[in-house]
Amino acid sequence: MAARYDTRTTTFSPEGRLYQVEYAMEAISHAGTCLGILCNDGVILAAEKKVTSKLLEPLSSSEKIYKINENIACSVAGITADANILINDIRLRSQRFLFEYNESIPCEQLVQMICDFKQAYTQFGGLRPFGVSFLYAGWDSHFGLQLYQSDPSGNYGGWKAACIGANHQSAQSILKQEYKDDLSLDDGLSLAVKVLTKTMDSTSLSADKLEFATLTRDGGETKFTYLDNVRIDALIKVQQEKEEAEKKEKERKAKK
Amino acid sequence: DLPLRSTAKMDFTWGVKGKDFVLLASDKQATHSIIVVKSDQDKMYQLNDHQVLAVTGEAGDTVQFAEYIHKNVQLYQIRNGIPLSPNAAANFIRGELARYLRSRTPYSVNCLLGGVDPQDGSAGAHLYYLDYLASLNEVPFAAHGYGAHFNLSILDRYYKPDLSVDDAKELLRKCLAELRKRFIIHLPTFSVRLVTKDGVQTIDWNAEMAA
Repeated sequence: MAARYDTRTTTFSPEGRLYQVEYAMEAISHAGTCLGILCNDGVILAAEKKVTSKLLEPLSSSEKIYKINENIACSVAGITADANILINDIRLRSQRFLFEYNESIPCEQLVQMICDFKQAYTQFGGLRPFGVSFLYAGWDSHFGLQLYQSDPSGNYGGWKAACIGANHQSAQSILKQEYKDDLSLDDGLSLAVKVLTKTMDSTSLSADKLEFATLTRDGGETKFTYLDNVRIDALIKVQQEKEEAEKKEKERKAKK
Repeated sequence: DLPLRSTAKMDFTWGVKGKDFVLLASDKQATHSIIVVKSDQDKMYQLNDHQVLAVTGEAGDTVQFAEYIHKNVQLYQIRNGIPLSPNAAANFIRGELARYLRSRTPYSVNCLLGGVDPQDGSAGAHLYYLDYLASLNEVPFAAHGYGAHFNLSILDRYYKPDLSVDDAKELLRKCLAELRKRFIIHLPTFSVRLVTKDGVQTIDWNAEMAA
């Protein structure tokens, strides 16, 4: 049924669907999981790297998390090459805004710009959509710390906690249960590790499979930092110890 | 192509920044050579709730440019749900002047932008001086036109940061008195506006002078 209506992005199917856009989202659901959590004093971006190898040069670039400007960063799920094009474009647009207004672009406007760009590929040009979803972490003077998510259709939403990529549905439902308003950054980091351990395919987590970054405000400046492997391993360890303790507690109660 | 010289200087605009307000004044005469066409022209444009743009320069260019800026500032606010800050608006205006400067049709317009950023509290009052060559400077006080030559030294002498509104009005009184005495062009009436964190207020200067 879909065969006639899915090859060209710009055509609706008789049921009113845009198949190419849906197929793009399908591609993303095979990509490494990305997680975003809004805390009261920072935004966390966490991601599972798909490409891990001892031979990979670690310092040259990041696979999942990118800085867009002084106040906004994003994480990527999907086709990395497509993501690079979009990130390059959005970095240019945010500098253009700074040039025109001498002020950093408000987060939502930046997200809208990239979404408008993505939307164009679902309506004209005959080109396929971008196979990328983003999580954006940012700060602006109007609404403070914010978290947004966008997908290949060009839709976006503001979130307290969000997940994209592989197993995002199960991750999202765990977040729904566990997320509380007013989390501290440390609470958020623990929550991120917890969710990732439950949803990632690999049974044993380690820092070289993950990318973690935080966006915080300190003294009138926005700080965007990647967590180093030592810190990530420490978080994983704490989480594993917690789970061990909980397991033992359960066994104890079961015996009673 | 237009000559790059500010052709009109008979208009007068004036601005002073106080602690948390900006006081702007401009004359109300529209003249063409020796004829006064209109004596109640408002040369100030309220860009949004907290900003006023006063323009002088080539007849026609002034209105075209000011209305263009006004509509773009409004559009930004409608599109994005938040107003442009005074700093952002000033840079936007300068950018447009700069863009048109190196075209065949530059705008021969001088501006004073007075605005208050409601987010910034008492640090939020800003006065910007822009001229037809697309310069931009944030200043504590400023004036455009021939009248500026008569007023800047008075402002240098009597201006203090953290002025109160009454102090600023007194300063305006002194400046306009000097124009009345020494400037050959008679300027009978003035638009005066006060911009604070609560918005833009039109001050009836005739009433003020009579008081």
